[in-house]
Amino acid sequence: MSTETIPTPRSSFQSPRKRRVNWEKWGWLYMRISGLFLVVLIFGHLFVNLVAGAGVREIDFAFIAGKYATPFWVVWDTLMLWLALIHGANGMRTIVNDYAHRPVLRKTLLIAILTSTVVLLILGTLVIYTFDPCPANAAAGTLPTFCPAR
Amino acid sequence: MPENPAGTLPSPSASTPPNKLNIKPPRRGVPGTVYRGREGMWSWVLHRITGVAIYFFLLVHILDTSVVRISPQAYNSVISEYKTPLMGLGELALVIAITYHAFNGLRIIAIDFWSGGAKHQRLLFIIVIVLWVIVIAGFAPRQIANIILEAQGHASV
Repeated sequence: MSTETIPTPRSSFQSPRKRRVNWEKWGWLYMRISGLFLVVLIFGHLFVNLVAGAGVREIDFAFIAGKYATPFWVVWDTLMLWLALIHGANGMRTIVNDYAHRPVLRKTLLIAILTSTVVLLILGTLVIYTFDPCPANAAAGTLPTFCPAR
Repeated sequence: MPENPAGTLPSPSASTPPNKLNIKPPRRGVPGTVYRGREGMWSWVLHRITGVAIYFFLLVHILDTSVVRISPQAYNSVISEYKTPLMGLGELALVIAITYHAFNGLRIIAIDFWSGGAKHQRLLFIIVIVLWVIVIAGFAPRQIANIILEAQGHASV
């Protein structure tokens, strides 16, 4: 009597290859998690810059210097920069995949999105963390009141 | 690319799948999906359009903010462009787009993660529109007042 093993009926097909990371799933999840944070970050940003005080009319170099004098807004803007730009780039990637059917065009657009995202993330982060509230090249009257030159 | 987009069904003539959630089928379009026709589709169309618009503004906004690193004069010159009446209306349009995208994004999260989300997607869409109108009704007068005050040359501080 032979003992033959019969596989369970209807068992799912097992790929012989190693299981890969499901990037689409993580991208999908990223859009929702970053979206929750962005609702708070961007509405807060809009309130402080467009509604509170004199709104957009009071934004100038001294206004930014005043905000970046506290680590609170430095962290806020860093989170907003990274979460929003990656959220937007991933959304644009989805749209390019949906509508750009020609492979060359699709590849070109995807590379353009990736390149601009990397460049702007580096640029924005450098601007936030190398910001000097009292630069030597400043014209009189443009500096915040806490600068020694003022 | 997903092999099976959420909106695809074999054919309209195929028998309607069992609808345990009791989602009302659209009057026109494909039954059994919230993504074709009526609120489900138009909320998606608006989400895409506002998303693309916000994305391109974000690219410009990172670049114009980066001028803060060149010199105070350069930054003040760039930011003064944002205070013109035309850009003031642009900011209003931007806030209109962001507010819709934010509230509809929360609706999408509710549809995906809340057990009653898909069933109540139509009600959720109405809530999105109502909240959208309320926020814009609050923001628009404020922004228009700022545009007028700036145009009249009032001091901002």
